[in-house]
Amino acid sequence: MGIIRTSKLIYEYIRRDEEGNPEGITRAVNDVDLDIKPGEFVAILGHNGSGKSTLAKHINAILHPTEGTVWVDGMDTTDEENVWDIRQRAGMVFQNPDNQIIGQVVEEDVGFGPENMGVPTKEIWERVEESLKAVGMYEYRKYSPNKLSGGQKQRVSIAGVLAMHPKCIILDEPTAMLDPNGRKEVIRAVRALNQVEGVTVLLITHYMEEVIHADRVIVMDQGRIELQGTPREVFSQVDRLKSLRLDVPQVTLLAYELKKAGVALPDGILTTQELVKALGDFAYASH
Amino acid sequence: MAIILDHVNHIYGGDTEMAVAALKDVCLTIPDGQFIGLIGHTGSGKSTLVQHLNGLLKPTGGAIYYNGRDIHDEDYNKKELRSKVGLVFQYPEHQLFEADVFSDVCFGPKNLGLTKKEAELRAYQALRQVGIEKEYFYQSPFDLSGGQKRRVAIAGVLAMQPEVLVLDEPTAGLDPKGRDEILDQVAKLKEETGITVILVSHSMEDVAKYVDRIIVMNHGSVMFDDVPREVFCHYRELEQVGLAAPQVTYIMHELRNAGLNVDPEATTLEEAKAEILKALGKR
Amino acid sequence: MIRDITLGQYYQTDSVIHRLDPRVKLVATFVYIISLFLFHNFTGYLVAALFLAAVIKLSHVPFQYMVKGMKAIMFLLLLTVVFNLFLTPGETLIQIWKFTITKEGLKLSIFMAIRLVFLIIGSSLMTLTTTPNHLTDGMESLMGPLKTLKVPVHEIAMMMSIALRFIPILLEETDKIMKAQIARGADFESGNLIRKAKAMIPLLVPLFISAFHRANDLAMAMEARCYRGGEHRTKMKPLHYEERDTVAYTILVLYLIVLVVVRNIGFLP
Repeated sequence: MGIIRTSKLIYEYIRRDEEGNPEGITRAVNDVDLDIKPGEFVAILGHNGSGKSTLAKHINAILHPTEGTVWVDGMDTTDEENVWDIRQRAGMVFQNPDNQIIGQVVEEDVGFGPENMGVPTKEIWERVEESLKAVGMYEYRKYSPNKLSGGQKQRVSIAGVLAMHPKCIILDEPTAMLDPNGRKEVIRAVRALNQVEGVTVLLITHYMEEVIHADRVIVMDQGRIELQGTPREVFSQVDRLKSLRLDVPQVTLLAYELKKAGVALPDGILTTQELVKALGDFAYASH
Repeated sequence: MAIILDHVNHIYGGDTEMAVAALKDVCLTIPDGQFIGLIGHTGSGKSTLVQHLNGLLKPTGGAIYYNGRDIHDEDYNKKELRSKVGLVFQYPEHQLFEADVFSDVCFGPKNLGLTKKEAELRAYQALRQVGIEKEYFYQSPFDLSGGQKRRVAIAGVLAMQPEVLVLDEPTAGLDPKGRDEILDQVAKLKEETGITVILVSHSMEDVAKYVDRIIVMNHGSVMFDDVPREVFCHYRELEQVGLAAPQVTYIMHELRNAGLNVDPEATTLEEAKAEILKALGKR
Repeated sequence: MIRDITLGQYYQTDSVIHRLDPRVKLVATFVYIISLFLFHNFTGYLVAALFLAAVIKLSHVPFQYMVKGMKAIMFLLLLTVVFNLFLTPGETLIQIWKFTITKEGLKLSIFMAIRLVFLIIGSSLMTLTTTPNHLTDGMESLMGPLKTLKVPVHEIAMMMSIALRFIPILLEETDKIMKAQIARGADFESGNLIRKAKAMIPLLVPLFISAFHRANDLAMAMEARCYRGGEHRTKMKPLHYEERDTVAYTILVLYLIVLVVVRNIGFLP
């Protein structure tokens, strides 16, 4: 059984008008079945309001399903007794870097999670050191978070989760508020965690470039899973993605446009190198 | 007429030992009606630069002229300048405060001392310009989606009917749909009204698609100032300062290196497609 | 503007005072302030001054840095002096128009000024040499006994440290919103008090909304990291008394004894 599993997950909330009277019911997550294996790198794509963040909050037991079930490492998230275990095993990184750093010094922030879990002092220090090293922020351990760039702050947040020794990390649009360099920094750190430390990663984003390296991409729309597959499989459906108001890496789009114009190229080209090679092959074949 | 920056310097914390030069000897001319992309990584001085354009920050050296007059002259009307040079900050939705969308957009024109009727007329126009439908006018701005909130905030500046519109990273944090909507609206507005637009951005792809001039800032100085195609020729230098050319630029250069006879200076998808098809002898 | 106030902002350096346990510094500051009101003679001031000078020397915080911070409260100091100078009844020294300066008034205002200066330097020494974290840790630990009275000691300390973390962020945000509204023609400076107060609405509403938003996010982030109040919690940096702290307490007691002795056998009026 997977480390994160959901079965027929539905989440509804009541919309209210200004006076607080109910206006209607919105179904934010609609009948989602998910099964994520240990060590997998899964990306969830979708525009704002597609339900992807709501889904993520279920995995951390911040929200509870209206219908259906969520299991994290075999534990049902609705069971009150499991809440703290679940939060330790499935760590969560949020969008705004400023609103999730609690400590006034980097190392103290990273130690916050272990402190809450009751980890002995000596071990907290060991965990803080290894976590900061894993995200490449060790030399900043004595800094005030206010002195760091957005990308650095997010890496500190990741270290803060890592210090809790989770089995998986859920990142809810961790790069949405960062500049391109900050985005690269964070994604690099996340990939390293997945590949080197073997942490299961669930990355929620709307930047397509960030999901190219995922093992699996899930596209959500209106609370449902619309598409699912390897990045290549998903990106070969350019029309579908466009209709879901998502965009596609420029290379993939160019390849798609060329193909439409009659150049025989394979589907789902993801990198510049692939396109250059494919075009080379095509030119060779047609001469 | 135009905005002229004459050897503008700005040093933060000038009298302490922690003084930081945010702008170093910046000379620029911004003529009417241009669509300009202002690019630079975080801390390159681009946000400091735009706050000089409407007099929010005063240069520590040099001068800024708007339509031929020094904006820091004693008798210069700063309030009027701020209505002529409209500045939309990053995450502008954070400045919304009124109970409904329409009143919030009226705030700017009212501050200009216009009559209620005139202010409302302008607010109406501005909201239409950013594509906000009438049904949202009397809703609380805080109930709107992220992209809508941002467009309302932009309307709040547009309602002052500026001659120059400066947008500081207007798409930050939005999803692709919200991003395209905002940029398309801005481009449309530019086309219809002919105002000068300065778009501050991190994304070369976005900028390449819309602007006719790119100013690249690095460490407080102007690094490049030219048409997109010329600026992107320097993609190796751009990389060194933490920026990148659009992905197509790389593709075109790679293709050329691989022996395909394409013009490597294509900057948009359409240009690249046409070039490749031409080189392949398809057209 | 607000950022210019250096009074008591942590000064980063390494000294024996910096390394002292925050509890020692809190207790010492408290004791010192009380001690300032224990004596009424010149020798007492001498002892208090010597003690303060020794601590300043040991703290490695440049004296000039402290004086610079004092400028902000110069007005308060002057006010106290003037009031005491003119409003104390007693033997007339000089009379200028309706104002009389008495011998007692002169003495009192000088002593008052010295006391205030000592008090301010003394307490800012604590904040200058102690990081805000340490300070809150120290307070939490010192207030520990209050827990039995159901005072939420841990929560108060946590609130203080979160406040300290967010003050710079909110200051920056205030600056940003202010600029954004000025760019929309808002005027925060001219007009009478009522107009000025009204002009603050476009600044305060967004600021409150943002603060609530941040609070909400932060609460969620803290819960996601298993925060559930002070129970079952361990500390990354627990407070331990070291030898130097014992020494410091001993010196403090000695200081008190000397003062009490001086108070009773003071040889100068």
